[in-house]
Amino acid sequence: MTALEPANQLKARFGDLISEPSEFHAEITVKLADAERIAEVCSSAKKELGFDYLVDVSSLDNYGEDPRWTVVYHLRSLASGAELRIKTDVSEEKSELPTVTGVWRTANWHEREIYDMMGLRFRGHSDLRRILMWEGYPYFPLRKDFPLAGKPSEVPGIAFTKPAPLEGGPFVTVAGGKDAISREPRVRTPEN
Amino acid sequence: MAEVRDIEFRDPAASVGAAVQSLPPAAEELQDMQGERMVLNMGPSHPATHGVLRIVLELDGEVITKADPDVGYLHRGDEKIAESMTYTQFIPYTDRLDYLAPLANNVAYALAVEKLIGIEKQLPPRCQYIRVMCCELARISAHLLGLGAFAMDVGAITVFLLIFTEREKIYNLCESLTGARFTTSYTRIGGVARDLPPGWTDQCRQFLKEFAVTLNECETLLTRNRIWVDRTRDVGIISKETAIDYGLSGPNLRGSGIEYDLRKNQPYLCYPDLEFDVPAGSVGDCYDRYLVRMEEMRQSMRLLYQCLDKIPGGPDNQSKEPVNVADGKIVLPAKDRVLSGMEELIHQFILVTQGMNVPPGEIYFGHENPKGELGFYIHSRGGGTPYRMKIRSPSFVNLSILSELMPGHMMSDTVVILGSLDFVMGECDR
Repeated sequence: MTALEPANQLKARFGDLISEPSEFHAEITVKLADAERIAEVCSSAKKELGFDYLVDVSSLDNYGEDPRWTVVYHLRSLASGAELRIKTDVSEEKSELPTVTGVWRTANWHEREIYDMMGLRFRGHSDLRRILMWEGYPYFPLRKDFPLAGKPSEVPGIAFTKPAPLEGGPFVTVAGGKDAISREPRVRTPEN
Repeated sequence: MAEVRDIEFRDPAASVGAAVQSLPPAAEELQDMQGERMVLNMGPSHPATHGVLRIVLELDGEVITKADPDVGYLHRGDEKIAESMTYTQFIPYTDRLDYLAPLANNVAYALAVEKLIGIEKQLPPRCQYIRVMCCELARISAHLLGLGAFAMDVGAITVFLLIFTEREKIYNLCESLTGARFTTSYTRIGGVARDLPPGWTDQCRQFLKEFAVTLNECETLLTRNRIWVDRTRDVGIISKETAIDYGLSGPNLRGSGIEYDLRKNQPYLCYPDLEFDVPAGSVGDCYDRYLVRMEEMRQSMRLLYQCLDKIPGGPDNQSKEPVNVADGKIVLPAKDRVLSGMEELIHQFILVTQGMNVPPGEIYFGHENPKGELGFYIHSRGGGTPYRMKIRSPSFVNLSILSELMPGHMMSDTVVILGSLDFVMGECDR
């Protein structure tokens, strides 16, 4: 079941591009140093190592760090049950990486969702439109600098948004807050 | 004072016209060969789309030449919300993902967080059995509604009425177990909210007995029904390769002949101790997906009977088996202990105000939900709230195949295909 063996094979194939596999709760993660090679690495993982099933693609906003974005691919081999996670960083200036829709077609909607929510563009994607929000919505809501209450926006004749009436809500905890006061659920106005 | 806002009436004809304008033109030769095409807007509120799915269909006569599913009408930003609350506070939001199987969502989420903390192996056996029963009841309930709605769209209204009688009994079971019929919020990180109430197992056995009769009745109404078979067989065929390529999961993947079930292939809870079979289709058409769901309900019944027989502590828990992990830093202590002991008071205070202290790290946990693989990818940087939580929803992934699957079918087959894919928009849009 463990993906350590295929992860090492991937490392042997691509050398320094792939980091040493790390293990956490029996899950194997490798990091790809150059996001430009992601399609090539995925294609090799699919064809040579049997990772025929793409479970999920998700994205992380490491706000305040460089590089800002991390894209996370969850691969699975249906035959052996092995699961492998490939992560790759993308800088904020670039905000672009190649698509893997050529490897698995299920990546199509996952990548559209990342574009919609985080604003990363996938080069070579055949149909990169917003998927959950509407065309013309100006923000990327899952970014860490987007407030929980939302921002006003208006696309005439289609849709509009207003900040949530609770303005941040009662009993809001700050994600990864530095001290107990910010981690504690309490009423927060947008200023603090 | 509330702001007074005029109601704006939109001009539907103009907005449809604008949508048509914005469509890319079809290839010239296609137009010449097949004549004029028509764009039909199906949804977002259409009875056969089971929620708020919109599909922009391009038709040539009665044949679909292009389908563009449009999702997101029920988007509530659950992933964003999760980033600003403690792990326990998010449990009620999981009820509202697949709102036909809230119990299964609760279990999936709790197991994901437990995997992140590293306590999934410490779950008491009684808790595991209760959770398996929850999952299987949810599976029966969700498959029943999927079947009923599917059959009604094809014209078999009797099935719909029959299954709602049975689902009512499942809701009664949920009510006596959790106190709520729909939004159960039953699991806690490290256990469940409460033990089985007295007499619940008997009530459950009674339900299973009656349900077996109804299921047979539905089966006789449909499985060899000429109209049903003609409408569903060889319609919406998904080959093995396409199913894997599009990342289908659950009954839709198994309907295409791939025997992959997370309960068997990546076992969790007490599933390894229980006997059940994984059904798989042979052709991958709508009829196969229907058969797979029927058989899964029978397997769920089998699992439920085994759980009822084998549950540690018996129906009334005479031997006082725990249902929660014995760790005051994860599970809330008993209220009487909070009011009398200092340590418990501190635990209660910290858990309620800050949440449990989750180690930094990241996990992905996939759970075999009625609709397919419901996965949670949780990235933690320590503390009581997740830094990022991605919900891998099976309905979202299963729907992405529509633009590949629909073209070439008749317009009337759309309701059959949609019914057989059995999706829930609450989960798709999150």
